[in-house]
Amino acid sequence: MIRINPGGDSTTRRTLGGAARVLSALQLDGPLLIGLGLVCAYGLIVLYSASGQSGSMVLRAVVRLGMGAAAMVVLAQLRPQQLRAAAPWIYIFGMVLLVVVDVMGAIGKGAQRWIDLGFIRFQPSEVMKLAVPMLCARYLHERPLPPSAPMLAVLAGIILLPAALTAVQPDLGTAILIVIGGLLLVVMAGLPVGYMVGGAALAAGAAWVGWHYFLREYQRLRVLTFIDPTTDPQGAGYHIIQSQIAIGSGGLFGKGWMNGSQSQLEYLPERHTDFIFAVIGEEFGLLGLVILLSLYLFVVARSLYLASQTQDTFSRLLSASLALTFFVYVFINTGMVSGLLPVVGVPLPLVSYGGTSMVTLLAGFGILMALYSHRKLVGS
Amino acid sequence: MAGPLRLKDHRKELSSFMQRSAVAAAFIGALALVLVGRLVLLQIIRYDYYLDQALGNRTRLEPIPANRGLILDRNGQILAENQPSFQLEMVREQVPDLEETLLGLQKLELIDKEDLDDTRRVIRARRVFEAVPIRLRLSEEQIARFAVHRHEFPGVDIRARSTRSYPHGALAVHALGYVGAISDQDLTRIDRTAYAGTSLMGKLGVESARETELHGKNGYQEILVNAQGRSVERRGSDLHRQPPRAGADLILSLDLPAQQAAEQGFEGRRGAAIAIDPHTGDVLVLASMPGFDPGIFGRGITRAEYRALERNIDLPLFNRALRGIYPPGSTVKPVLGMAALAYGIVRADESRYCPGVYVVPGSSRRAREGRGGVHGTVDLRTAIAESCDVYFYDVAYQLGPDRIHEFLDPFGFGKPTGIDIAGEQTGLLPSREWKMKRYKDPSEGAWYAGDSVNFGIGQGFMSVTPMQLAQITSVLAAKGAVYKPRLVTGIRDPATGQTRKIDPVALPHVKGGTPQQWDVIMEGMRATMTRGTARAISTSAEYQMAGKTGTAQVFSVGQNERYVASQVAERLRDHSWFIAFAPAEAPQIAVAVLVENGGFGASAAAPIARKIMDAYLLPRLPKSAPQGDAPEAAPRPAPEPPAQGALPHDHEHGPATVRAAGGTVPPA
Repeated sequence: MIRINPGGDSTTRRTLGGAARVLSALQLDGPLLIGLGLVCAYGLIVLYSASGQSGSMVLRAVVRLGMGAAAMVVLAQLRPQQLRAAAPWIYIFGMVLLVVVDVMGAIGKGAQRWIDLGFIRFQPSEVMKLAVPMLCARYLHERPLPPSAPMLAVLAGIILLPAALTAVQPDLGTAILIVIGGLLLVVMAGLPVGYMVGGAALAAGAAWVGWHYFLREYQRLRVLTFIDPTTDPQGAGYHIIQSQIAIGSGGLFGKGWMNGSQSQLEYLPERHTDFIFAVIGEEFGLLGLVILLSLYLFVVARSLYLASQTQDTFSRLLSASLALTFFVYVFINTGMVSGLLPVVGVPLPLVSYGGTSMVTLLAGFGILMALYSHRKLVGS
Repeated sequence: MAGPLRLKDHRKELSSFMQRSAVAAAFIGALALVLVGRLVLLQIIRYDYYLDQALGNRTRLEPIPANRGLILDRNGQILAENQPSFQLEMVREQVPDLEETLLGLQKLELIDKEDLDDTRRVIRARRVFEAVPIRLRLSEEQIARFAVHRHEFPGVDIRARSTRSYPHGALAVHALGYVGAISDQDLTRIDRTAYAGTSLMGKLGVESARETELHGKNGYQEILVNAQGRSVERRGSDLHRQPPRAGADLILSLDLPAQQAAEQGFEGRRGAAIAIDPHTGDVLVLASMPGFDPGIFGRGITRAEYRALERNIDLPLFNRALRGIYPPGSTVKPVLGMAALAYGIVRADESRYCPGVYVVPGSSRRAREGRGGVHGTVDLRTAIAESCDVYFYDVAYQLGPDRIHEFLDPFGFGKPTGIDIAGEQTGLLPSREWKMKRYKDPSEGAWYAGDSVNFGIGQGFMSVTPMQLAQITSVLAAKGAVYKPRLVTGIRDPATGQTRKIDPVALPHVKGGTPQQWDVIMEGMRATMTRGTARAISTSAEYQMAGKTGTAQVFSVGQNERYVASQVAERLRDHSWFIAFAPAEAPQIAVAVLVENGGFGASAAAPIARKIMDAYLLPRLPKSAPQGDAPEAAPRPAPEPPAQGALPHDHEHGPATVRAAGGTVPPA
């Protein structure tokens, strides 16, 4: 492999060469692995503080991390052809589960997002985060690029169908992420700029018409509170106000691990899940946040580099899409917690506690690594 | 499905991808910069602001209630103090379901069903995060009962607080007042912050009049709270604490032994007794009987208990001393006699004949001698001593309403005395103008001879409160010197132990008659005790008393009937009055006693006055020279600690000499 760094695993510590051989045999990318490992380790340290010193919660996070790592290693062994062949089946499998969950939700008269497999709660929408770009990439693989209008229509169907099913759960955050994942892939495939501009104009126009002709006063108010939650400090704005206080009061160096008053005295809601970024900001300050962001940027940059090194359309588009989507996750969460974006329930990737997102994210990186390490075996 | 016309151009695809990747990377960089910019804004530029917000979030000021000041009598005996007790408190915002909680507490018999509404009202009136006491002074059994069920009542807890305690129970309750739960009405008047953490405030009496001094100033401490408002313990706290400033102790003019003597003297009868030091206005005794135990209000009086007090036929809540309005009866005669001298209606040595009946001039109405009988030839002194009605009917008739009003007004008839607690009633000194205003019909509103005649025996329209009559007696004793009656003579700072004395407030001197005329009246009042209506009272006294009995009619007897006490229902019987001061030559104490439905003044009221005087004067008289109406020196317990007010003096020179020599104002 390219570069060798000492990893955290004791078996890789003997010699650098030995480590390189092991990684190479496992089809893993050393730098990306290290980047991911550092983010996850950072996340566990913060989680201990953010969970109110809950050892059991950290342990459960470690277990999920282990499952994610296992998924990553397993997926890294697959060849691009296999992934491409599996894409429709995974997509169909995910769609069936989504429908099942939606129907269960309708019958049970309550929000339903997951299927309980006993040992883990499994969210079908998480599968779609991978299945949608995989199917899109497969669809575009053999077709001339940039995509034509009919192709775009097909792609829109592939993307919007699962997104719609997820949105009705209701899980708007994940639905948006699915759309963004697919959209980014299509953009990377060469979506003509005219479409982008046109699409943006269309969306703006629709929003204007909707605002003025379809929304009632209370609905408009709801939208406004969604965009600027600070207008409702006791309700929708409470989260964001408290998280800004947490981040701001952290200052440059933070209040110290387990010493954030906002986090520890429970002023900060969702402190160990969606708002864990604010805990880092409060306890480790600007410095801690910049370090975390740097780690994320390294992971994204390395992923993009790996994407650029792949040899075929499927691999290239899928890896680039996974890399960019990862950054979007990071940006949406951090932007939301720091008050740049409206609050949507998007966790901080690899750091927030809970959900199956840890597993799917690492699985995605497994796919990324597979596509890269098997690049020379791919015939054009 | 692949478009047949277009083929895949891998090189073009790759370059397009690389181009877009570069744009994406630029986007990522830009967004990362925006994010970091945002973080710099929050964490560096607005750091102070957010730090303040975080600090404000995590701390809350919790009030530390100040200890309420003590109330002491003139000898330093404690009349009101504070005792630790356990109470049930509720923080509304921590209670999941208020109704359910109250119901549960009621089932545990910690709240009376009747008090639910009040409790609810008090809880609602307070802020959601304040701890509101819902049951004061829990017994150990109640504490145990709650402790078992504690987990069922989140937001409700037992706390140790101090409550007011009155070691002498009902004693002097109408002077002291009491401390009771702050009502929602009170909340609109007081500064909520000053009362945060306190559930009680002074009601009535000195407790209310001097609330500001007694209350002190709350302290506070910053406590660390979580988002639910619960206080949490955390290491390394740099939390601020401001200790409370305890309320000031009040030194009252009351004399505990005299007050006890007065209240015991009533032996369960209703009435009022007031004693005043004529040279300072110090109220030595202020009793209104029956009283009530002020402690029950601090304990948290239940509705049933309050109703029992309210509906008690003896009206224990009614402050008869200040608010009871009664005709002064014959106690008005000394002042009236002085008026007669001053206006030259009678001369001191002039005798008149009392046939036992007086025919009101210009009418066929005949006014009888109140207690029957014929006094025969009487001069002014004897008329006072024997309380001859006929003599004073004529005096009053001759004086007429205008001169009577003019002369009596400065003594304080019909005017509140200005005592330093609230609630005093005015009484009434009628005049022509008053009567005209009172009655719309001019024929009714005119002043009739009979109205003047009524003045002679202090009946008719005229009315006084026991407090007023005590003040008038004090003025008589001091030969015209008037001091504003007061209960609070000093305020002691509990921190330094220093007492700030309050100077007596002298009011305009009452001129009355000439010194000789004053003496005649004094002699008349003295004669009451030696040979007059109250002669039985002063026997064996070690000092000389001067006084006047009075009987105030409750129920009028037809003019040809005779009033026979035993035949009249108890509550229709006359009120018994007695006013007196002693020692006669140099008075130290002036007393007014009213016994409701006590009948003749000398029999019911006078013995109480004697008991008060004994209790107050005997420890203060020089032991070596027993004198008075009958020289019999019974050993008396010395007051402890030695009373500040004990001014040794002999009768020849009196306290005035001592004061002149010492150059000080008498006991405060």
